[in-house]
Amino acid sequence: MFYRENGQFKTSYQADQQIFPIPQDRWVILGIVAFAFFGIPLLVDEYLFRAILIPFLILSLAALGVNILVGYCGQITLGAGAFMAVGAYAAYNFLIRVSGMPMLGAILLGGITAALVGIVFGIPSLRVRGLYLAVATLAAQFFWDWAFLRVKWFTNDASSGSVSVANLQLFNWSIESPTDKYLFCLGILVVLGLMAKNLVRGSIGRQWMAIRDMDVAATVIGIRPLYAKLSAFAVSSFYVGVAGGLWGFVHLGSWEPAAFSIDRSFQLLFMVIIGGMGSIVGSFFGAAFIVILPIFLNQMLPLVGGLFGLEVSIALVSHVEIMIFGALIIFFLIVEPHGIARLWSTAREKLRLWPFPH
Amino acid sequence: MSGRNIGEVILDLNNISLSFGGVKALTDISFNVREHEIRAIIGPNGAGKSSMLNVINGVYRPQHGEIILRGEHFANMNSYKAAKAGLARTFQNIALFKGMSVLDNIMTGRNLKMKANILQQAFWLGPAQREELEHRLKVEEIIDFLEIQHIRKIPVGRLPYGLQKRVDLARALAMEPQILLLDEPMAGMNVEEKQDMCRFILDVNDQFGTTVVLIEHDMGVVMDISDRVVVLDYGKKIGDGTPDEVRANPDVISAYLGASH
Repeated sequence: MFYRENGQFKTSYQADQQIFPIPQDRWVILGIVAFAFFGIPLLVDEYLFRAILIPFLILSLAALGVNILVGYCGQITLGAGAFMAVGAYAAYNFLIRVSGMPMLGAILLGGITAALVGIVFGIPSLRVRGLYLAVATLAAQFFWDWAFLRVKWFTNDASSGSVSVANLQLFNWSIESPTDKYLFCLGILVVLGLMAKNLVRGSIGRQWMAIRDMDVAATVIGIRPLYAKLSAFAVSSFYVGVAGGLWGFVHLGSWEPAAFSIDRSFQLLFMVIIGGMGSIVGSFFGAAFIVILPIFLNQMLPLVGGLFGLEVSIALVSHVEIMIFGALIIFFLIVEPHGIARLWSTAREKLRLWPFPH
Repeated sequence: MSGRNIGEVILDLNNISLSFGGVKALTDISFNVREHEIRAIIGPNGAGKSSMLNVINGVYRPQHGEIILRGEHFANMNSYKAAKAGLARTFQNIALFKGMSVLDNIMTGRNLKMKANILQQAFWLGPAQREELEHRLKVEEIIDFLEIQHIRKIPVGRLPYGLQKRVDLARALAMEPQILLLDEPMAGMNVEEKQDMCRFILDVNDQFGTTVVLIEHDMGVVMDISDRVVVLDYGKKIGDGTPDEVRANPDVISAYLGASH
């Protein structure tokens, strides 16, 4: 069956407004989701879950949040790590201070707290834009780094400064094994990913993009920059905050403020830039690129060296890994500044004509 | 221009003065716009025509003067109030949302009329879905009207200039405005495109009864389609009246052709 839409005529605007108007796309995506839920747990070992798949899922969620703000609303942020931290610590505090608080509730409340904090730190966006805004959001990063390190209340007066969460439970499902953790993260990601897609195809998403593309024209149409920008900050921070909660609760288990340092903010921003700004699927590509590629290189380099009869030491692998990784980032940005998502859509357009280009 | 009944004054501008620092963009300008008419603002480059439009829909705030829209005084006009009050505009150098498709661009014009909240949209619940469909139908009417069906899914950045101008008009029309402000709708177009655009403006005015205020440099067009013309020069009003009156006004002739010394 070729990938094409000839002969598929839509008879209602409803059919035209679906998320995947082309049936082939719909089936492929459903297939991938089904495989992720049912196939992968059968095929994959614990190491892969722990080292690759769970971080990939959680960071995809965070990248999705950053993409809403940076890619859809055009507001650059360097504070994503801080909002992850706010989500994680808020969720932790809700969990230990409110008796009987379920784990999922704590994570969602952590996300909502991050959204509120995001609104506060989004206020400068009403006055400044571009790089200046990036610097203003950097303030969020430094402030929260400091707060979680110094204000003992946030860490429940833990003497080491590190907090931990154990016995994760969702209703009666005890989330212990890596497979359970993976499924839990995947479930949240699928739901929130679908919601993000709905938001960006609806009127609020159009408001964000209008502000991004031409703010004067947007205000003339009656879009209020205050509402559009702050709602983008809120939604974005919610996603990032939930991802932070998952990162702390599910992936790390116990963590310190350093887990959400400025490196994390940069990493998330790079995911969005490399994956594709203003593209939901681009967030996933970006996260995959940044999470999986280094590990892949790490595993492949000794094998490639072996082919040429070279002994590759571990130190050399880690150096070469960084070099290749950096070169690939530059390569991608030169070849396709719009990110992997654009390569993907170009490929799809080609595929629609293949193998009969006329 | 017979057959249309031009109504009462709908928009009244009184003694508008606007300056940027020491530069006086507009000095003490008054004129009015009647319902259903096509009102042109003309003048040499730098006369303050675009500033005038920007004052009307609240992008600039004049230091003096008042705007009266359907009897309502607007001391502090801003873009949001203007949009709510039924003013829509197009831009001289197209201000479309480049990353969005034609359809999405026009849909943003419906934004003020869409009420579903953010949660309803996130879950694509009944109201959000219904609303999207309802406004899509309206937008499709406008797409049909402006004959841009074939490009509705294309990102506007890829379109040629003439079509972009048309999408700009479509986005303004999607607001179902009472007054449509057009900033040089025909700049940079060839003859056929200009003819199309003239036809659309006349049709909008005729079929929807929309009042049109337009800035245009092409004198042939202005004299043909407008009911009354305001002439600005160096931020001052130097003429106001029907095309024939304005054409005969000696001040206007000297502003355009230079005074004979």
